[in-house]
Amino acid sequence: MSPFLDALGRAPPLLAQHLLLAFAALLLGIAVSLPLAVWSARRPGVARVTLGFASLVQTIPSLALLALFYPLLLSLSALVGGRIPALGFLPSLLALTLYALLPILRNAVTGLTGLDPAIIEAADGVGMTSAQKLRLVEAPLVAPVVMAGIRTAAVWTIGAATLSTTVGQPSLGDMIFAGLQTQNWALVLAGCFCAAALALAVDALLGLIEHGIAARKKLRVWAATGLLALGVVVALAPLWASGGNRIVIGSKSFSEQYILSRVIGHRLEAAGYAVEYREGLGSGVAFGAVSSGDVDVYVDYSGTIWTNEMKRTDVPPRAAIVAGVRDWAAKARGVTLLGTLGFENAYAFAMRGDDAKRRGIRTIEDLAPQAPKLRLATDIEFLERPEWAAVKRAYGLTFAEAHPYQPTFMYKALTSGAADVIPAFSSDGRIAAEKLAVLADPRGAIPGYDAILLLAPKHAKDARFQAALKPLLGRIDVAAMREANYLVDRDAGKTSPEDAARWLEKRIGLER
Amino acid sequence: MTAAPAPGPSVVFDAIEKLYPGGAVGVAGVSLEIGGGSFVALVGASGSGKSTLLKMVNRLIAPSAGRVLIGGADVTDEPAHALRRRIGYVFQNIGLFPHMTVAENIAIGLRISAQQAGGRVVELLDLVDLPRDFAGRMPDALSGGQRQRVGVARALAGAPGLMLMDEPFGALDPVTRDQLGTAIRALHDRLGLTTIMVTHDMAEALILADRVLVMAKGRIVADATPAALLAGEGGAEADALVAVPRDQARKLAALEKGA
Repeated sequence: MSPFLDALGRAPPLLAQHLLLAFAALLLGIAVSLPLAVWSARRPGVARVTLGFASLVQTIPSLALLALFYPLLLSLSALVGGRIPALGFLPSLLALTLYALLPILRNAVTGLTGLDPAIIEAADGVGMTSAQKLRLVEAPLVAPVVMAGIRTAAVWTIGAATLSTTVGQPSLGDMIFAGLQTQNWALVLAGCFCAAALALAVDALLGLIEHGIAARKKLRVWAATGLLALGVVVALAPLWASGGNRIVIGSKSFSEQYILSRVIGHRLEAAGYAVEYREGLGSGVAFGAVSSGDVDVYVDYSGTIWTNEMKRTDVPPRAAIVAGVRDWAAKARGVTLLGTLGFENAYAFAMRGDDAKRRGIRTIEDLAPQAPKLRLATDIEFLERPEWAAVKRAYGLTFAEAHPYQPTFMYKALTSGAADVIPAFSSDGRIAAEKLAVLADPRGAIPGYDAILLLAPKHAKDARFQAALKPLLGRIDVAAMREANYLVDRDAGKTSPEDAARWLEKRIGLER
Repeated sequence: MTAAPAPGPSVVFDAIEKLYPGGAVGVAGVSLEIGGGSFVALVGASGSGKSTLLKMVNRLIAPSAGRVLIGGADVTDEPAHALRRRIGYVFQNIGLFPHMTVAENIAIGLRISAQQAGGRVVELLDLVDLPRDFAGRMPDALSGGQRQRVGVARALAGAPGLMLMDEPFGALDPVTRDQLGTAIRALHDRLGLTTIMVTHDMAEALILADRVLVMAKGRIVADATPAALLAGEGGAEADALVAVPRDQARKLAALEKGA
């Protein structure tokens, strides 16, 4: 089977989730925007406010809009004593609903205010109440224009729903983000293909309804509505079928995380749990997700929690950081640090090996005086992270320029010569494979990044759950992790994270 | 038609006034009574306030001061929509509902007041001289004159005693205009309506109405029968308006003789 067809095989459950999310957002968008449109059409002052707000929402990039709902719901949840989920379906639904408002609102208001004044005068003249006027005259006459707006909103919503992956809502975006990360272009293509096909199919059916209304062909309207409803029912079916509680395993958006989440999943499945994966979570989102219980278990790194969540700037030895994180996570968030996996994935400044040799750079100290002539390529979050601030403070580093990339492209930038220095990941297989020189950190500015297993509060005393995962602790050395990562990250003959996870399990002797 | 129907209600304007924001005067204090069953034409140049005065009767425009009484009752005694269902309203732009058939348009007044249309649509099509098979057509399949006949049928559906017509023939060609005018006057007589018709065409007013009111700058400047106006008893402004069709008639008569 071709890689593309293979990738398509992963689509159906994601397609179902995608469809439900987009439909829910579209329906909510319609329910909100139609009354607003009627109100706006009657009062120009209201129209200025509603259309202004809806336009403003459109100017916010959809990714940012989704990301903004996470802290918003988190603080809202804190206000009402918890139990508003800040991740997953709810933030995606709200952001996409806001996105759906503008086209529907604008078309409905334009339609209503643009009606022939003679028709409105006639409706008043024959003695219609304003409700009758809306139902018998205005609504049927603007329906085709409103439907056109709904079609636009549907296409936008289905497209933007791919981004809900970043806040932990499964969608076709899972395939696109995972494929982008692991350079599995067949997977990216399959995700895009499914999203586009869904958008086109929904648009065509809505178009049929629109023309049916305009031509007063009731049968056509009902047939298309029926097909849309059938799609929703089919998408809902697996939700009813599965029912029971599934363990949610989180992962951030890089290969190591995809691989480890599968290893965790296999352990839990062997122990009799049903599991599902939330992949591609943002780094800041992941810890919040395990605290709130949206995610049951995931792998993080001690230094990340130490600097980002605990806001610490001191750098004690590795073991002290792990212990500090363990205490703080349990006390402040009820999150259990089950233990370390056995390897470290620290930020490590790396250069092309020959280049480092030529310039005589072996440590960050050596780098500092030459840095103003060099270019830095980083992953997306590094320049905002406290570790970067700490390194700058300790060594006084300034580069000629600094650009963020997707991690994969960060390595490409270095090897292609577009950049001279990167903050690599110490467990990354590409360090050895690309013959990179890793610079030492003599002043200890970068904290330890032991891989740690974090469990949601509800598993704090869950002996069966913890027993299933304990065999992983201290079992994975950095050499094994590097090799597994390289299986996924290399350019030629790459394997899927699933297969890399199987390989890693065999390598560390945890085969089922 | 057997016994003569009961005549339509009287209409009284009591010191009625309409000032627009910014101080423009629409209607500047009009007081007069229109007798039940009469056909009154309101004539004047555009901007004279004649349409404003008419629309204050069915409350499409709210007066700034004064009252309007229909059959002795203040028009603000009941909700506007209830008032309007008892008044026929026909206007230049017709305003047929484009998504409804001719029959649905005609029966709309009955539908919104939850009455059965029964055989009423056929009856009304007959009344305005439209073929019965027009009932199933859409408005965009009709000519302008046919559309206005549907407009008249729609206005008559609720069996109103009072008809308000705002330039009802303004958009029609002269032949259709003449036919429809004659038809309207016949309906008025047959149904015993009170009719108030706004027009800028003095000839039409003189031919169709029992009484002609001439308006200028929001005031009534002449109030007389067509015969009195033709006899020059309406004052200077009315004379100027009457002079136009009279001169045209003379020129036409002269042409005819010369031919």
